[in-house]
Amino acid sequence: MKKTRNSFFYIGGALSLVMTLLILVGYIWTPYSPTQMDAAAINQAPTLSHLLGTDNFGRDIFSRVLEGAGTSFLIAVCVVAIGCICGILIGSLCGYYGGIADAILTRLCDSITAFPSVLLALVVVSIMGPGTYNIILALGLLFIPSFARIVRGEFARCRDLNYIQSAKLMGVGNARILFRHILPNTRSVLLPTITIGFNNAILSEASMSFLGLGIQPPHASLGSMLSDSQTYLGSAPWYAIGVGGTIVLLILGFSLLGEGLQQRARRT
Amino acid sequence: MKNIAKKFLALIITLFIVSLLAFLAFQIIPGDPTTKLLGTEATEEAKLALRIQLGLDKPILLRYWNWLSAFLTGDFGTSYSYHMPVREMLSEKLAITALLTLFSFVLTVALSIPLGILAGSVRNESLDRAVTALDQVVMSIPSFFIGILVCFFFGKLFKFFVPGDFVSYTQDWGACLSYLLFPALSVAIPRIAMTVKMLRGSILKELGQDYVRTAQSRGGNRAFILRRHVLRNALLPVITFLAVSAAEIMTGSIIIEQVFTIPGVGRLLLASISNRDFPVVQAIVVILAAWIVVVNFVADLLYQLVDPRIRLR
Amino acid sequence: MRKRILAVFLAVAALVCSLSACGGTTPKTPAPSDETTPSSGPTHANELTVGIAQDLDDSLDPYQMTAAGTREVMFNVFEGLVKPDSDGNYVNAVASDHTVSEDGLTYTFTLRDGVVFHNGATCTPDDVLYSFETCAATTITQDVATALSAVQNMGVDGNQITMTLKAPNTDFLSYVASVYIVPADYAEQVTQPVGTGPFKFVSRSVQENVILEKHEAYYGEPAHLDKVTYKIYADATAMFTALDSGALDLMAHLTIDQVNNLSNGYQVLEGTMNLVQAIYLNHAVAPFDNEKVRQALCYAVDVDAMLALTAGGHGTKVGSSMYPAFGKYFDPALANAYPHDVEKAKALLAEAGYGDGFAFTITVPSNYQPHVDAAVVLAEQLKEIGVTAEIQKVDWNTWVNDVYGGRQFEATVVGFDSSTINASGMLARWVSDDGKNMINYNNADYDAAYAAAQTAVDDAEQTALYKQCLQILSDTAANVYLQDLADFVAMRPDLKGFEFYPLYVIDVAKLYFAE
Repeated sequence: MKKTRNSFFYIGGALSLVMTLLILVGYIWTPYSPTQMDAAAINQAPTLSHLLGTDNFGRDIFSRVLEGAGTSFLIAVCVVAIGCICGILIGSLCGYYGGIADAILTRLCDSITAFPSVLLALVVVSIMGPGTYNIILALGLLFIPSFARIVRGEFARCRDLNYIQSAKLMGVGNARILFRHILPNTRSVLLPTITIGFNNAILSEASMSFLGLGIQPPHASLGSMLSDSQTYLGSAPWYAIGVGGTIVLLILGFSLLGEGLQQRARRT
Repeated sequence: MKNIAKKFLALIITLFIVSLLAFLAFQIIPGDPTTKLLGTEATEEAKLALRIQLGLDKPILLRYWNWLSAFLTGDFGTSYSYHMPVREMLSEKLAITALLTLFSFVLTVALSIPLGILAGSVRNESLDRAVTALDQVVMSIPSFFIGILVCFFFGKLFKFFVPGDFVSYTQDWGACLSYLLFPALSVAIPRIAMTVKMLRGSILKELGQDYVRTAQSRGGNRAFILRRHVLRNALLPVITFLAVSAAEIMTGSIIIEQVFTIPGVGRLLLASISNRDFPVVQAIVVILAAWIVVVNFVADLLYQLVDPRIRLR
Repeated sequence: MRKRILAVFLAVAALVCSLSACGGTTPKTPAPSDETTPSSGPTHANELTVGIAQDLDDSLDPYQMTAAGTREVMFNVFEGLVKPDSDGNYVNAVASDHTVSEDGLTYTFTLRDGVVFHNGATCTPDDVLYSFETCAATTITQDVATALSAVQNMGVDGNQITMTLKAPNTDFLSYVASVYIVPADYAEQVTQPVGTGPFKFVSRSVQENVILEKHEAYYGEPAHLDKVTYKIYADATAMFTALDSGALDLMAHLTIDQVNNLSNGYQVLEGTMNLVQAIYLNHAVAPFDNEKVRQALCYAVDVDAMLALTAGGHGTKVGSSMYPAFGKYFDPALANAYPHDVEKAKALLAEAGYGDGFAFTITVPSNYQPHVDAAVVLAEQLKEIGVTAEIQKVDWNTWVNDVYGGRQFEATVVGFDSSTINASGMLARWVSDDGKNMINYNNADYDAAYAAAQTAVDDAEQTALYKQCLQILSDTAANVYLQDLADFVAMRPDLKGFEFYPLYVIDVAKLYFAE
């Protein structure tokens, strides 16, 4: 079993590292300009000069995948960060203190979870307009409840544990108990939630792009490219497979890493 | 019982908030239904007249109250776009989405439990690692990318079905189900991977318990112990997980409906939002939310039944 | 090329369209066809399945329809006293004859004998009167309402219906064609429409299909097909897949990519969309209030390159607010008024004080992919002169509310077509105080020329004035004019009789299967 744990961690780590490096390179340099069009090279199959072929405007898909992965990555990381930080704040306070505020916030979180995300995203984007930062905000907002709920459960559970009770009796401050004593204990639950959240953030960005609310053209994101590529599934399957494959590798790397981290944490 | 009643009350409140939010959403999004219904060349008078006819001139809270009281008596209103009762319109769409959800749920249960037990009882270490690795990979594929791949391989390449040529169950049950198999599979595959992983972990955990060691030391045969003791305990948390899955499968179905162009609730919801067909959106939002909330409620109850310790709190 | 769409009501492309002839009042009865109805072969039951990319979700009521996609289907169900033919002329339909008095004030229509509604009732002059009254009271098309309000007096004498106008209106017949004749006091038009057309409405299933059947008692040349099923698809990609697999017999409005990928041997016909696609610029917003800036954009945009990138070179450059199907007014020379010239564009920008370029936002309705594609190409082309264009996709309802109605935008890419086949349908909207003047165009010369054209009695003089209007639009670079989009139709190889109309309709009554 030990071997499996390690391989999760190392394979996931290596994959994530490679993807992150590629994304970082993509921020600085791409083989072609991601928006450069070429009427003479429309919908070409992969060749050495165009590793993933070209799209319907003759743009290099590999360069666009690099740009798109960068955008999707940035969005996913920020969204998870917003969801996680706000979720921990709300969840810990609700779980630890309980009371009316807890009841109201929990109901609100439940409602947001049960609300079709499409409509919610549309409302947020209608207020703030489309654009990368607004999408991050909109999705971040959507992601708070799932984190808050899990954190709340953990804090509510830990609150009554003996060692916390004794810490309280010893006069340890509430803030210290919350973030010093309880928070580290939620790690095993929080870590998988973060990796799943990352996965979901990439998916949510993609579904928003479906509706034209996501990243605005001509900029690329993995989600908008995947929905564009569907049109050419019959004639240019490499388009969809190249973009979809990138999404899978990105998610796989981070979920393996998360799995490895989680098992490591459990072992120590 | 008191606990259940409390949770049920919370459920009602959640639904109430959801319906209110949906109502308010239409105050914020630009555009109103008259745009779609009257086009761009209509006079302002005509728009005003239609707004009055639809009751859109009344204050928002009054409209909400009117809608709510009608909804509670089972009157979902009339669609602005289709001029027919929302209830009548929704029944077929809901049935299609429910069918898809049920189909993928059955697939998930039917495939994941045997596979999970198999994965949990495998003794060969390299095989075990292969299974785990495969599981991780499958879990990482978003269901709508699986949908796209299924369309490409089974639709375009092998011609098992024609993507986009959906036949409603009202016309032909057989054709409808054979089409739904593919989207159902697309939704189910990542779910199956998750359930297998969960079940495998659960079985391994149980196998490490003292009672198993005791049974083994008494000379019990491994397969017998597995069947007799371990499975029963190991399956319990998985059942709860599957219940929660039922809610997520429904939401997953809505995305998959787009990939496979199935005229279910998801497509109707998107079209109605874009048409600002408020009665339809409102009804769908409440029904979907009710499904999610109720399923979570049931999962919660199941969890309590399974783990009596929870009841103490 | 079109990707997932919420609801492609092509209303974007065809910002509405009711129609009327280019001033043509040539009375003509439908010529009897020498083709006989082919007997249904064993391969198909003389039934047709057509794919459409938008549901008929505005209204089925003849006077409440607004989406182009709805009109495309219902054209086969409803008819007016006169109806347009594929040449853009108005021919007699429910009327067997019509005459206009010499002063142009009195129109006399003779009701055709034996016109039977789809519900079996015979059409009477009372039905015609009812239709005109109901239409005048309920129509949602402003132009039709205005035209009908100018009718001073309507009289019935036997089977003759007489209408007297307050003032002569050369376009009047085109509005008469919009008044579909329906049975009096039939209240169910909105769910179960009844008209006099060659096909009768049978049923509809929300977001699935609309079914029409042959109207057996049709007075004119009967439809060849027994039944037409319109299957509704959420997006053109899925529809194309169904077409390519043979599940559909006919699909219109294909993209060039789809045409190139068609692998099942279907025949492809090419026509035009009959609209003017352009970057419409808001003249009330800087820097587009500056004529030199607008001209610079016109020089910077390479329409030929855009056509090559988005449509394989198909499509027709327009150069002003008129599309080629309007042969009478269309001036091909205007299409090349601003040849692609980056240096000249830069010089003009410098003259205008924008030597370092500027940034602006193009707001595009997300549901119509050709416009989004055009915006993407334009953004890339404008980089060459240092102008940065950000694209903002919005849903159709938001677009109408903010851009069309609220005029809160800098630039947008859409296509405008005419609500009537006369020139005013294309040109009225640029008059400075017109309610539809979305771009806030304000040019005294234009207003004067248009007003003169409206009151001109001599046809040649009127045509010259309209052409002058088009010239002014071009000279002042009112908008960056692009093209009239190519329209491709694919159908089974044995299907015959397809005709392109100068309108957004498919006449299924003329279609038949060759034996």
